[in-house]
Amino acid sequence: MKEKHRFSFTMFILTMIFFYLPIAVLIIFSFNEGKTMAWSGFSLKWYQKLFFESEELWKAVFNSVIIAIFSSLVSTAIGTLGAIGMYWYRFRSKKYIQVASYLPLIMPEIIMGVSLLIFFVMFKIPLSLLTIFIAHTTVSIPYVLFIVMARLEEFDYSIIEAAYDLGAKEIDTLFKVILPISMPGIISGFLMAVTLSLDDFVITFFVSGPGSSTLPLYINSMIRFGVSPIINAVSVVLIASTILLAVSTRRFYKYMFS
Amino acid sequence: MKKNYGPVYSLPLGLWITIFFIVPTCIIFIYSFLTKATYGGVQWQFSLEGYKALANTSFINVVWITVYISVISTFLTVLFAIPTAYYIARNKHKNQLLLLVIIPFWTNFLIRVYAWIAILGNNGFVNNILVKLGVIDTYIQFLYNQYAVILVIIYTYLPYAILPLYSSIEKFDFSLLEAARDLGATKAQAFFKVLLPNIKGGLATSILFTFIPALGSYVIPMLVGGKDSMMLGNIISRELTTTRNWPLASSISVVLTVITMIGVLLFLKLNKNNLESIKKLVVREKAGEESI
Repeated sequence: MKEKHRFSFTMFILTMIFFYLPIAVLIIFSFNEGKTMAWSGFSLKWYQKLFFESEELWKAVFNSVIIAIFSSLVSTAIGTLGAIGMYWYRFRSKKYIQVASYLPLIMPEIIMGVSLLIFFVMFKIPLSLLTIFIAHTTVSIPYVLFIVMARLEEFDYSIIEAAYDLGAKEIDTLFKVILPISMPGIISGFLMAVTLSLDDFVITFFVSGPGSSTLPLYINSMIRFGVSPIINAVSVVLIASTILLAVSTRRFYKYMFS
Repeated sequence: MKKNYGPVYSLPLGLWITIFFIVPTCIIFIYSFLTKATYGGVQWQFSLEGYKALANTSFINVVWITVYISVISTFLTVLFAIPTAYYIARNKHKNQLLLLVIIPFWTNFLIRVYAWIAILGNNGFVNNILVKLGVIDTYIQFLYNQYAVILVIIYTYLPYAILPLYSSIEKFDFSLLEAARDLGATKAQAFFKVLLPNIKGGLATSILFTFIPALGSYVIPMLVGGKDSMMLGNIISRELTTTRNWPLASSISVVLTVITMIGVLLFLKLNKNNLESIKKLVVREKAGEESI
């Protein structure tokens, strides 16, 4: 059996080296004493600089978090209601809404960034955290919509009919039946939106104004100054926190829904 | 039947997407037919300048480079993705192995690009080692060319390519391969005539997930590319922010959108009945739900 998979095994190992070598190098050099990519001794000074002497960076982190929370809340609300409306009902503009909310998934990011920038300038909306919030919400909505829809596909409409037959009003049905059963989908959608927002660089780059830096924008400006060990330290902290976050949300998810 | 609440529920969605996606996209289309104003912006006067400016060899060259880099990167990505996905799908510990693919994919995009600058840059890891070993006296410039762009595109999109291939290979009935071999097919025949046709859906999806974002690349050529690797995304940004020729930036955006749509349509043609399953895949993919 082993013999048979020799080729795919080799390719798998090569892929893993390809994936992890760069990450390993970043991690190792974040503990480097010197400023360059030549090893000159172990030191935690870049972490010290990162945590205690990088006020601008933490301001950018704060902006990123604020935008991620608000844009995810709004896109989750809009996407969830949209999914409920489009999954069970037929109406005239449904086809249009379906196609229109499918398109952002395949539209190149740079086009969305450019078109939103032109839109904001045209309507004289000053570039700020608000415009970044709008852009991130727009990007996340289709993902939330499809994640929640996928969840709705799993249970049948008779549950809702039962609620109506037993005399529940629309609002009660929504809050007591539909939303609770879609909750796993809603939470995945929300987490997805948070991830997309924290990670987005291209669109943010176009719609951000002076003083509205996010973490990816800040990292970009650091990269443009050349290799800096602080970026290595930031990378390590980011990688560690995404893994931690992912593992713990997974735990939480399993605990809640199974 | 109760009152139809569909439009009520979908109203915020319809409004938001219309105002912040459809309208801006239409504005770009309209801007591409207007006259440029001096400091950015446009004059409301019909003009074909935005498109006439595209009819020259340097622009056609950029389109060519964009398509060329995207095709080569997609091809190489899929070449690595198929055996990797196959190995994971046939392994006992597939969930753990899958997690190994998903972790780099969770890592911030800019950090993944930066890692390669730290490794291959002029003052990077590799150059430092080579100098120390006395192999070279001064640094070799590995970055700022097409190869660097292709390498980093592969690095960025390989996880996106592995996941859909994995899900279709996992569903494949491997006894078919054994049957083919028993009936005298060579390994290559079994692969091309039995496995490949059965994982067509996953293959098409992984091509789409690599090719479409590669076409729209902007950050990667900006950070690790050189003169030979200016892509459409880069000249859109240049016209928008440096040259401030907005009608031209708009017409190039229209061209990029059209090329992307052609790519998507070709893919849909390959994969007619798969639209729904792809939609789900996109979503599950990105959410990394596979590994639960």
